[in-house]
Amino acid sequence: MGTAAHRSIWWLASPLAAVLLLFFAVPLVLIGVVSFWSYTGYSITPAFELRNYAGIFDGCRVGGAGPCVVLSTYLSTLFFCVVVWAITLVLGFCIAYFLVFEVRSSRMRIGLGILCTIPFWTSNVIRMISWIPLLGRNGMVNLALMQLHLINHPLEWLLYSRFAVAVAMVHINTVFMIVPLINSMARISPSLIEAARDAGASWWQTLRNIIIPLCRGGIAIGSIFVITVVMGDYITVGLMGGEQIASVGKTIQTQIDALQFPIAAASAVLLLAFVMLMILALIRIVDIREEL
Amino acid sequence: MSGEKTLRGKIEFAAVTKSYGRVVAVDTISLKLPAATYCCLLGPSGCGKTSTLRMLAGHEDVSSGDILLDDVNVTDLAPAQRGTAMMFQNYALFPHLSVAENIAFSLKMQGIGRAERREAAEPLLQMVELAAMADRLPAQLSGGQQQRVALARALMTRPAALLLDEPLSALDPFLRLRVRGELKRLQKSLGISFVHVTHTQDEALALADIVVLMNDGRIEQQGTAHDVFSHPRTAFVARFIGGHNVIAQGDSEVAVRADKVTLSRAGTGTMAQHAATIRDIEYGGMAYHVRLSDAHGRDYSCILQEGAFAQLGPIDGETLAMSWAESDAQPLEPAAN
Repeated sequence: MGTAAHRSIWWLASPLAAVLLLFFAVPLVLIGVVSFWSYTGYSITPAFELRNYAGIFDGCRVGGAGPCVVLSTYLSTLFFCVVVWAITLVLGFCIAYFLVFEVRSSRMRIGLGILCTIPFWTSNVIRMISWIPLLGRNGMVNLALMQLHLINHPLEWLLYSRFAVAVAMVHINTVFMIVPLINSMARISPSLIEAARDAGASWWQTLRNIIIPLCRGGIAIGSIFVITVVMGDYITVGLMGGEQIASVGKTIQTQIDALQFPIAAASAVLLLAFVMLMILALIRIVDIREEL
Repeated sequence: MSGEKTLRGKIEFAAVTKSYGRVVAVDTISLKLPAATYCCLLGPSGCGKTSTLRMLAGHEDVSSGDILLDDVNVTDLAPAQRGTAMMFQNYALFPHLSVAENIAFSLKMQGIGRAERREAAEPLLQMVELAAMADRLPAQLSGGQQQRVALARALMTRPAALLLDEPLSALDPFLRLRVRGELKRLQKSLGISFVHVTHTQDEALALADIVVLMNDGRIEQQGTAHDVFSHPRTAFVARFIGGHNVIAQGDSEVAVRADKVTLSRAGTGTMAQHAATIRDIEYGGMAYHVRLSDAHGRDYSCILQEGAFAQLGPIDGETLAMSWAESDAQPLEPAAN
């Protein structure tokens, strides 16, 4: 292949490169730059100082009384991250397994696959609000439980609680797990499963020894989706948590609302670094290149 | 693999049917194979040969009828409990496991430890000459090597019957001939039955003790390779097994082997004959292969030895008399349906 041909191939990639540069790389760099600026209650000045980063860790001293704000916020967010990741992984795996290995007709499979995207048929806000009649104090779940005489008083923790946040996050994020898992599973030749059965593997042994190892890439990609979305979330935590639960995204949002852009930028850079570390750790365990 | 060898792999199909909804893939077939038989299931695609193999393997439910292996009714047994092992068409090697782990997979399923598995895999690794590649992944092997891993993995369970689904179709012609010979030798030395699905007639003729030729879910003819080739029962068999001309004689048809047909300009008074026009002459080294067709558009072929060819000197497009000895004409039964 000549150099001319090479050059024309690079040109084909240039529109995407330009879009990514303009709308992804440049803003990201700007956030990094602004995170070093200084600000007061009424002004923001270009500078290069680490005060914003120091400000984030305010009160974080070794031997200090209790965890500082940033640490407890990250712990709270990580809690959601772990819970939602674990639930979406199990749920997504089961649903993907069912769609790929149990549903015989491809029309049925496509139909059920579309059903999985129902959470996305409406806007995020409406989706959240619609949990209120279900989980609220006088919502369907509470009324049903009371009428069955299982409880005497409405359960207060159903809505505006960590539980509610986790439910809503699982609801939105499961499909991000399902899709890469379906992709991985669909590549597993049925004859591999028959070969395992031929060698005496039970259903469980086939799952453990063949299907799960061959889904590692799909699990990794789904995990990246879920982890990044949950780590940066502030809308779900706000609405479903009754604005009472701390999360990293919520912190950044509050700082932006207060027009404290430099410290918001510094918080964002910290979050970015944290999520990147999580993903790097994941990629170290699983090579996802073969899935792409 | 010690002491005196008992022959294993006596297989019996008793009125076995497989239907998918209304479609009947295998229609009440009955078949008896003695122990240590090399059997080829031969037929065009969609004839039911693969379904038959998969029912024997236990990867397909039997709709009705019974399958016996070494006098045990295995119809409802799980694949691993039958004493069969399957070698899949695409080999179905586990891509994330090493060669040794692939071969010893069945032991892993029995809960046998890694070191012991490795030890047990060693003789099989040596048998298929892959001992040096024990730790490679399947993707790092050639097609032929992958096939040997699949073979070793299937033999790990010490089956009474090894079931091979088109084992040679993915190999290049040179390797195909070599593996063909190896399979036959292996079957004889193990003293077990091989059931080999193929759509290639020369493969079946070369390998099989018993050829089972299937068509449309039924067994069209079964017997030794020699028997099926020299006495085709129906026109379908004669055409599929190759090397035969199906010639209409009044209401019935006969099969005449291509090498038993002689061509002449005048015709030979004492022999049966049929006029046909030469369409194509092909030199095949050992002999000339002449293709002809008659006024009804039916095709024939004739193999002429070099001497006979030189004497006749046929030309493309020339109309000649095909003649054959009455004793070489194999009467054919009309098609079953």
